[in-house]
Amino acid sequence: MLNRRFSITAALLAAALAAATTAATASDISHFVLANGLDVVVIPDHRAPVATQMVWYKVGSADETPGKSGLAHFLEHLMFKGTAKNPTGRFSQVVATIGGQENAFTAGDYTGYFQRVPREQLKAMMELEADRMTGLMLTDDVVRPELNVVLEEQNMRVANNPAARLDEQMEAALYLNHPYGRPVIGWRHEIEKLDREDALAFYRRFYTPNNAILIIAGDVTPDQIRALAEEIYGKVPRVAEVKTRLRPQEPVQEAARTVTLADPRVNQPSVSRYYLVPSSTSAGPGESEALEVLAHILGRGSNSRLYHTLVFESAIAINAGASYDGTALDATHLSVYAVPKPGTTLQQVEEALDRVLIEVMEKGVTDEELDRAKSRMIADAIYATDNQRMMAQWYGAALATGGTVEQVQSWPDRIRTISAENVRAAARRWLDKRRSVTGYLVKEAPSEEKRS
Amino acid sequence: MRHAIFIRCGSRLLAAVFTAAMFLLQAPAARAMTIERVTSPGGIEAWLVRDSAPMIALDFAFLGSADQDPADKPGVATMVASLLDEGAGPFDAMTFHGRLERRAIEMSFSAGRDHFRGSLRLLKENRDEAFDYLRLALSEARFDAEAIERMRSQIMSRLRRDMVSPNDIASRNWWAAAFPGHPYGRPVDGTLESLPRISLEDLRSYSQRILARDNLKIALVGDIDAATAGELLDRTFGRLPAKAQLTPVAPVIAQGLGRRIVIKLDVPQAVVMFGAPGIRRNDPDFMAAYVVNHILGGGSFSSRLYREVREKRGLAYGISDSLVWLNYSALMLGHTATRADATGKTLEIIEQEIRRLAEEGPTEDELVKAKSYLKGSFVLGLDTSSRIAAQLVQMQLDDLGMDYIERRSGLIDAVTLSDAKRVAKRLLDSGLLVTVVGRPEGVVSKEGG
Repeated sequence: MLNRRFSITAALLAAALAAATTAATASDISHFVLANGLDVVVIPDHRAPVATQMVWYKVGSADETPGKSGLAHFLEHLMFKGTAKNPTGRFSQVVATIGGQENAFTAGDYTGYFQRVPREQLKAMMELEADRMTGLMLTDDVVRPELNVVLEEQNMRVANNPAARLDEQMEAALYLNHPYGRPVIGWRHEIEKLDREDALAFYRRFYTPNNAILIIAGDVTPDQIRALAEEIYGKVPRVAEVKTRLRPQEPVQEAARTVTLADPRVNQPSVSRYYLVPSSTSAGPGESEALEVLAHILGRGSNSRLYHTLVFESAIAINAGASYDGTALDATHLSVYAVPKPGTTLQQVEEALDRVLIEVMEKGVTDEELDRAKSRMIADAIYATDNQRMMAQWYGAALATGGTVEQVQSWPDRIRTISAENVRAAARRWLDKRRSVTGYLVKEAPSEEKRS
Repeated sequence: MRHAIFIRCGSRLLAAVFTAAMFLLQAPAARAMTIERVTSPGGIEAWLVRDSAPMIALDFAFLGSADQDPADKPGVATMVASLLDEGAGPFDAMTFHGRLERRAIEMSFSAGRDHFRGSLRLLKENRDEAFDYLRLALSEARFDAEAIERMRSQIMSRLRRDMVSPNDIASRNWWAAAFPGHPYGRPVDGTLESLPRISLEDLRSYSQRILARDNLKIALVGDIDAATAGELLDRTFGRLPAKAQLTPVAPVIAQGLGRRIVIKLDVPQAVVMFGAPGIRRNDPDFMAAYVVNHILGGGSFSSRLYREVREKRGLAYGISDSLVWLNYSALMLGHTATRADATGKTLEIIEQEIRRLAEEGPTEDELVKAKSYLKGSFVLGLDTSSRIAAQLVQMQLDDLGMDYIERRSGLIDAVTLSDAKRVAKRLLDSGLLVTVVGRPEGVVSKEGG
């Protein structure tokens, strides 16, 4: 088959902990807090002489001041610009010289940095990462070109891509009040105005050990890491006090929204819908797990309700699916989509999609579907233990969004307890169009005079 | 996770274009890893790495892929790859997928330019069942009319999207201009014109000709002993024909050097693809070229192109180039994307840096750092069962021998500064074929000299 939509959500990785025999197991994982407030998680995996370091800051685009969208991500770029002790480019050069991997990422709720290196280089990585936790130095000479890099990134990811532009508009329409409605990369007109002062102010406010999580995964022991973390990160002073992250919350949503993006370059129309639903952190007990199972049954793979009904049975769509990732602090979304066949209208395919959703709300799901989905979700998590970086990613994302190590570890058991009735109840409660935005990607006939 | 944005990773286009042809094999083994050569009672060979993980990873590749498509029907190999798991033996598509899902078996196939690849991921308790499904897919794929039409429409939908994607347009035009009249010049996934004409007979004929035992390389990673592996190999692959019937493909050198093709598309960012003939995988200069290319535009954040285009001037989010080795050719191929008014400047810098490296070669310091990176990164490249399996297949395709992993560091260390200078000239002195897609200011097409 084609176009497998196959995102192993972070939550799935958790099951691994219960199931794996060779990589990290739940009992191996340790969690402690340094005196300066830095959270530390150690995930031993002794299959290769390699270690992954990740530092997660509990700050993301949703924590930006209005008018400064894109600042969390811009700062992420600038974090590679050096400190007094390790000037411009030195960190990356050290990583490159030893053949290591490094990168960084920004999301609504967090910003993270990682390196994957031979085990004996881990200490050097910890020293470099601890140094830039509070030691960043920025000059306009390096900030200005980097702003252009970010603008090119925005061009590449969004401006050049009609589907990504529609996604931005849908997010903005879905959130009436919450800052998740802003793109992580920022609105272009606001990115353009970001400067060195903005970045440093944001850095001083949020980059402090008491707002960070250190994850070390790989060929290490908890005792070693505790000693190293205390020696290296223990010296980093708290430079700011951290407030509880209370973002503006969504009001009662009362009106279904629709958004249409028309572009001459759209040769393949599609329809998608985002429903506002709770995240694993904001949900009541079992709700997020039920949504995960619901999204799987609705729309993952060719046995899913949407694919089976729209693509296989009625053959009006080329593709169809659904997804939900609950790893967020505040309300997130469950999405469904369908791509019509030539000759089928968006309206026809959307009506068919709605009929599938209504059927699940009215009649629920079968035991067979439920069992298949649950065993598949839990098996994926076993596969994930093969990948050290994914394990680190999962713990980091959970802790950065208000979860705990224990919650990560109990995820498979929580999935196992989900019943068909839980899934139906989640569908009835949350697949409510009043809390949704539907997006249409359509072709716009080119108008000659606009072209140059 | 909401909208994670990764900085600095190159473009998706490059991943798509290059993965088929290159796996970089590096330095000493990540895991204390022993490769065993397993030969089944029926004579099928595989490389096996035993690992205690709860999963098993099987990767394999047949020589012969899109290069074996009928000249007037590109896309046949891609369609076959999409259809092998859409119904096989007694099971129609939905039943087959249902059975795979129930056991969490991941089966996939893909068609590149030279190699038709497959992979299987399974939990070890489902071993026998999983290998049975793979046998069915390889030997008894049904090619039901319903599935053919469903896959055809999915591929055509993707092509309709690709036709207006600047990355895809740049890539497609680059390959077409570099290899006119050669299978490499044809789009791997076919065209909107060719797809509707592909018949059941084309699909069956391709499968019968290509999916055979003498053009097959296999790697297996997991908790499995050699005897059991041998039995599984016979059961799974033993029913394939003994010999493939490959249409000969002529060796070819990329053309169009000095040429620039500008294709107008109304997007704010211009996509640039640049390339030239590379150095073949079995050429004695390959490793020196590999080191030189790393210095020019390779994977780390310290390459000359990255520094000059991104770090100093902020002209692009990503810029990199790679050596691409194919069965019948070799390339150096690079990619970037930049705003309309900076396209000319960016092209100028790329050309200037390539010329400078060709003329002056790298510095001793650059050489030392590049070697160090290329040796060290190996340990990190073999980090999952899946990656190990993929690498072991690639080593077999490249005919490197089972001891390559041990030899590799020595091969890198043996590259001297004078080798690097000589090979920089050989690799980079031929001029570039460039495609640009967007509305670049002041950049126009030109013919090669």
